Amino acid sequence: MDLRFTSEQERFRAEVRDWLEAHVPSASRGTGPLPSLDTAEGFEAHRAWERVMYDARWSVVSWPEEFGGRGAGLLEWIIFEEEYYRARAPTRVGQNGIFLLAPTVFEFGTPEQKARYLPAMASGEEIWCQGWSEPDAGSDLAAIRSRATLTTGAPGAGTEGDRWVLNGQKTWCSRGAFADWIFGLFRSDPDAERHRGLTYFLVPMDSPGVTVRPIAQLDGETGFAEVFFEDVEVPAGQVLGGVGEGWKVAMATAGSERGLSLRSPARYTEAAARLVELYRRQAEADPGRAGRHADDVARAVIDAEAYRLQTYWTVTRVLDGGGVGPEASMNKLFWSETDLAIQSTALALLGEEAEMLGDDSRPPPWLDGFLFALAGPIYAGTNEIQRNVVAERVLGLPRA
Amino acid sequence: MHFAFDEDQLEFRAQLRALAEKQCTPADIREAWASPLGWSRPRWAALAEMGVVGITVSEEFGGMGLGLVDAVLLLEEAGRAGLPEPLVETIALGVPVLADAPGQQGSVLRSRWLSAVADGGVRIAVGMSSMPAVPGAEGAELLLLERDGELHAVPAAAVALTPRPALDGSRRLAQVDWEPSPSTLVVSGFEAEEVLAALGDRAAMGVGAVLVGVADRLVAMAAQYAKDRSQFGKPIGSFQAVKHHLADALVRVEFARPMVYRAALSLSEGDRDASLHASMAKAMASDAATLAARTALQVHGAIGYTWEHDLHLWMKRAWALAAAWGDAATHRARVLEILLAKRP
Repeated sequence: MDLRFTSEQERFRAEVRDWLEAHVPSASRGTGPLPSLDTAEGFEAHRAWERVMYDARWSVVSWPEEFGGRGAGLLEWIIFEEEYYRARAPTRVGQNGIFLLAPTVFEFGTPEQKARYLPAMASGEEIWCQGWSEPDAGSDLAAIRSRATLTTGAPGAGTEGDRWVLNGQKTWCSRGAFADWIFGLFRSDPDAERHRGLTYFLVPMDSPGVTVRPIAQLDGETGFAEVFFEDVEVPAGQVLGGVGEGWKVAMATAGSERGLSLRSPARYTEAAARLVELYRRQAEADPGRAGRHADDVARAVIDAEAYRLQTYWTVTRVLDGGGVGPEASMNKLFWSETDLAIQSTALALLGEEAEMLGDDSRPPPWLDGFLFALAGPIYAGTNEIQRNVVAERVLGLPRA
Repeated sequence: MHFAFDEDQLEFRAQLRALAEKQCTPADIREAWASPLGWSRPRWAALAEMGVVGITVSEEFGGMGLGLVDAVLLLEEAGRAGLPEPLVETIALGVPVLADAPGQQGSVLRSRWLSAVADGGVRIAVGMSSMPAVPGAEGAELLLLERDGELHAVPAAAVALTPRPALDGSRRLAQVDWEPSPSTLVVSGFEAEEVLAALGDRAAMGVGAVLVGVADRLVAMAAQYAKDRSQFGKPIGSFQAVKHHLADALVRVEFARPMVYRAALSLSEGDRDASLHASMAKAMASDAATLAARTALQVHGAIGYTWEHDLHLWMKRAWALAAAWGDAATHRARVLEILLAKRP
């Protein structure tokens, strides 16, 4: 058992740290902080930052070099993330693509699809949003009704030249207001049983027939959108995985979302370290008041550390040839609740000051973090669904 | 970075598991509870024969010469099995104290006791003056006792025990009456502070390991019961209220476990954050076991509330150990204290 990084990995860390220190947008250099990525201006500023990272080959370190990465291992990816959060670098506007869709493209994509989509995703040239939920299909994702119809040939033939026509409505599409592409599930066989007959599509948001209605979130900004599809034509080459295989392909994406790739532990350990500093400041001002939250501060810090160690434990298993199965649902439960615990404890420490917006009328960092953390138990499959998955697939309890 | 156990460590655990499946059934645990000692000498001998008891004793004295990382997996297994034998005190607390005891007195203690520990003839109990009573004092040949910041090694013949019955029938607490003397002194002053602090950290880790095993067993028992027990015409485990209780308990156990393993690693390597890691581990393990016990009882319903059902054999261990060597809140307070003492 060994929890140390090799000297080579430490050199990698130093290289990441040096580069980030020189390049992360910052007030001191007059380059930051960037405006909110849920505004048109902020979205483009974040896209430009993705390009800066891509040009230095830092945007997707774990991808193969041919797609813009460095071919780095999982541990190097974790080190990169630790440094990224330590440097307080911008939120990854491309995260739906690079962390969620990309692992699915690597697993199910054709060579042509990989070449077509991955580099543009890595550079920020094409930013992706997701199209899962529908007005009547949230936790019950298999109830989706948006449909895909083949215009030539029999369903399932999927030959070149065939075109699919998409109709329906997706909602709660994160980054949907400004994204360039959407990935999502459509029902391609209306007669098949719920989980069958679904197909995973990749669709440009500027396709004729796509209408986007941005939705303002709790912070007032348009972090997600409804996306309407009206006779949207899509070439057969934009099906990811097989026709009718959509559920299986989507579950791979969901696994990435709940498991390792979306939420690296650094996000929480860095937030926990800032929580301790907030506690220190508040305790200097009013020790009695801060002290009443001491137990919650410690609890949040310990949980963040537990998430980090659990990640190392999982990464070791993966590097030894094991996989990540339904335990990804345990991860999702844990990181979403840990995030909320950190952020809400910070607000408790701030007390009556917590509700105040900044001079720009935007929520300051802790309030912003709290609002964001509130979404955690809901997106990527609600925590109620995750508990079902854990109970059924880890503990072996019978389905309802 | 390789955060996993090696083949030998996993194999050792498998051997202990196999022994426990044969020699530590719920009926065996009940027998131990009803016995004068609270645990079984033949089973202790079998554990010694296997190398479990002497795992941390150096090879010079006939032990396995292994460390806390090797031991942590066995302690977790002991919790899972519900072993009544007081292993933590001997292998994670007593033996390392004797191994590091300074001066001439240290060599005397090592040659007098360590081979006998490895042979299975000696059990060590550990008592701090802050404790209301000393666990495992009954049947211990050697007691390591703290008073006024000094640590003493006192043979059983030199103490008088007054039993203080506990809820867990194997804990066998006793009030220990004894007199410190120059001949019992192991370490005093500044040196003793360090030894006692390290002892407390190893206790937090070791008891934490047992707690994770206990919690794992409680969740497993409850999950099995939820599959077997039907109401409204279907297994109760098909109801979301039951599923969600069990999922939450399992998550707390799964995330406590690596924390305990890391604490063992940090302690064995003398990491400067070892105390922080030990407290984090104990805080999580105590809470995980408490939640597992609460959840397991609720899932079982009234049958779990009976003496007849085996659940209480593990629940009572969870409650006792969750409080032992500092409860979760105490360790959380210590975690924050340590973090605040570091300058950003």
